[in-house]
Amino acid sequence: MAMILTPEQQAILNGEKGETMAKVMQTMVKYGEVFGAEKLVPVTSKYNHLVTSFGLKALGPVYELMNQLIEAGALSQQQFSADPRPVDKGVPSNFIMDIVFNKFMYSKQDFYEGQLKKLGLMDENAFTCACYLDQVGNKPEKGEVLSWAESSAVVYANSVLGARCNRNSGIVDIMGSVVGYVPYFGLLTDEGRKASWIVRIETTKKPEAQLLGSAIGMKVMEDVPYVIGLDKWIGNELTDSACTYLKDFGAATASNGAVGLYHIDGLTPEAKESGKALIKEGAQEYVITDEELQRVYDSYPVMWKNQSAKPKLCFMGCPHMSLQQLKDWTDKVEAGLKAAGNKKVVIPTVFTAPPAVLKEFEKTDYAARLKACGVVTSYICPLMYMNNPLAGKMPVITSSNKLRTYTTARYYTDDEILVQITKGGN
Amino acid sequence: MKEFKGRVIAPGTVTAEALVSHGGLNTLASFQKALQFGDKEATCGDQNNPDLFGKKMKGKALCLPQTIGSTTGGMVLYCACSMKRQPACLLFSKPIDSLAAAGAVLADVWLDDVSMPVVDNLGEEFLAYVKDGMTITVKDDGVVCVD
Repeated sequence: MAMILTPEQQAILNGEKGETMAKVMQTMVKYGEVFGAEKLVPVTSKYNHLVTSFGLKALGPVYELMNQLIEAGALSQQQFSADPRPVDKGVPSNFIMDIVFNKFMYSKQDFYEGQLKKLGLMDENAFTCACYLDQVGNKPEKGEVLSWAESSAVVYANSVLGARCNRNSGIVDIMGSVVGYVPYFGLLTDEGRKASWIVRIETTKKPEAQLLGSAIGMKVMEDVPYVIGLDKWIGNELTDSACTYLKDFGAATASNGAVGLYHIDGLTPEAKESGKALIKEGAQEYVITDEELQRVYDSYPVMWKNQSAKPKLCFMGCPHMSLQQLKDWTDKVEAGLKAAGNKKVVIPTVFTAPPAVLKEFEKTDYAARLKACGVVTSYICPLMYMNNPLAGKMPVITSSNKLRTYTTARYYTDDEILVQITKGGN
Repeated sequence: MKEFKGRVIAPGTVTAEALVSHGGLNTLASFQKALQFGDKEATCGDQNNPDLFGKKMKGKALCLPQTIGSTTGGMVLYCACSMKRQPACLLFSKPIDSLAAAGAVLADVWLDDVSMPVVDNLGEEFLAYVKDGMTITVKDDGVVCVD
């Protein structure tokens, strides 16, 4: 079915605002038509967020396209944040890696950041995947329509904040913001937000967020799960601690599967409002037990050449850590080191967080304590760091299931990571 | 020869050799090395995809269930098209996902001299039948002939 456009939208498509804007509109219309969208709806959030933050030399055609937009004055109608920067001098790397990162892979970084400023970047430090954290300030309201693409941010905005956004691709994210409209389909619709899976949590202890998310993602893929029994472990209020859990859980559902929205019974806004009425008739069921989580954990392939290699680096914070997470981990690392009789972490360790969160963290006494433990803090995107042949050969450990999925990093639970970095061991 | 009928996402006709992925195509992982290091044949760099890893994707009739992975996927596909390193066509057994759809639409709207027919909804039987090296002909109306 052809999409029905308003006179204003039709005029843009007909070229009233120039040829480039007409092509942007054509992109959104064609994209929507693939999914049977009957109309375009306005983007209503204050800010947008872009998944493309990296000046990767290989993406030359993207920068050419961005130039077309800039030259035609087809700029973003909203200011936006963007995913994390791919390089940070503070993160351990060797001489060859530095050359590869700066002279070869990300040689277009400064150029691309210049383009982002022209297109509408919020501020020069608005680089994080966790843009919805309070310190960053790009936190949509319930019911707002977004044109985002970063999978971990989309699933958080939909599920925890109750905003409405499809799992868009890079470039489509900015085009929605440039033209001001996105096609109405999928997770923008009431019907598309209903769950076709019931997930029952029957574990004997609080499930590891990133492991639970991985299990659910791999099972339901792009479908919407309605999770029953998790509120027993993380509560019935969206506290800082519950939101942090859901941030990490959601990122794993989105990367190990393709989940764009989940409902947590008794906790997330739409589940609190509508409860089990959100579950579609005939929904499939998936039961999570301790044994099932162990099965999923054991199924992860170890991509290291030498599977018993001593880890050379530990990355925590994919998606970026919250302020409370940084504080909690400072306490845990200190206590772990004390128990192990060590003064500093025994594996080079990097905690990543948004620049705005790191700024706040620096104002607390935790920052000096964490530094004294030997942990480096950074705004880097660990995924972009790992995404090259040199880093890919390094034995890196993480408790991020997103990082595990996209790179050769090896997954361990939070508790296991703590032992590894404070006490050592393979 | 067997015929399958799907839905046309990006129009066009082409005849090419089949390359089959039974798992989802991780677009970023598959194309990044090829785009980064000047590999004009677009050798698949996704070590998690045993069907495709190390195989040349450019000019092949890529048969797959859907694409997976990073939401940069659509723009990576767009880049592959712009750099003329794209498959001859994309043939999906399932309904197309939003990332692949974005890539197909971006290439269709923004690139003048690129043709990459895309057909989805070809069904599970299509992916079970087609094998690497078979000859695929895509017609304008979404009919896919496998020989």
